[in-house]
Amino acid sequence: MSDSNTRIAEIVNGNDVVLFMKGTALFPQCGFSSRAVAILDHLGVKYETVDVLQDMEIRQGIKSYSDWPTIPQLYVKGEFVGGSDIMMEMFEAGELQQFLSDQGIAAA
Amino acid sequence: MAMPAAEIETLIRAGIPDAEVTITDLAGDGDHYAAHVVSAAFAGKPRVAQHKLVYAALGERMGGQLHALQLTTAVPN
Repeated sequence: MSDSNTRIAEIVNGNDVVLFMKGTALFPQCGFSSRAVAILDHLGVKYETVDVLQDMEIRQGIKSYSDWPTIPQLYVKGEFVGGSDIMMEMFEAGELQQFLSDQGIAAA
Repeated sequence: MAMPAAEIETLIRAGIPDAEVTITDLAGDGDHYAAHVVSAAFAGKPRVAQHKLVYAALGERMGGQLHALQLTTAVPN
């Protein structure tokens, strides 16, 4: 396991809900990241974000970590859930709300 | 960095031969696309696995040459 994999594993296992994104929740730097933040804000759950633009090692490492080529990436309880398109599909179907509640993540 | 819509469609079909691919050029700039991909290959697979099949077909281009691709997948009715 490379160093970046170890760092990413620590982040995803140390936070119930974490979004790897471009920019910050307040200032997303990409439309897809912005959409992901909007969904999480709408659901009202507590989440952490990691700005991959501030960390090249994580920016590259996160793509191989879940074999997923794009950012943002959402992790819940250490598991990769999807990118912004999957978040949106799940949200529109009511599945994301259900999934989070099944995982014991309550709206703040 | 731009990529023609027809090329995206060809690449996806090369990886998923039965795929019905609908591409929408979201911004009219040849750089921001939405792709809707329908294939029997997705049956019984979770969404993450479905999207991975499409990303695999697009290979290295995804996230690089092809920056913005909004992706939705479905199984044929």
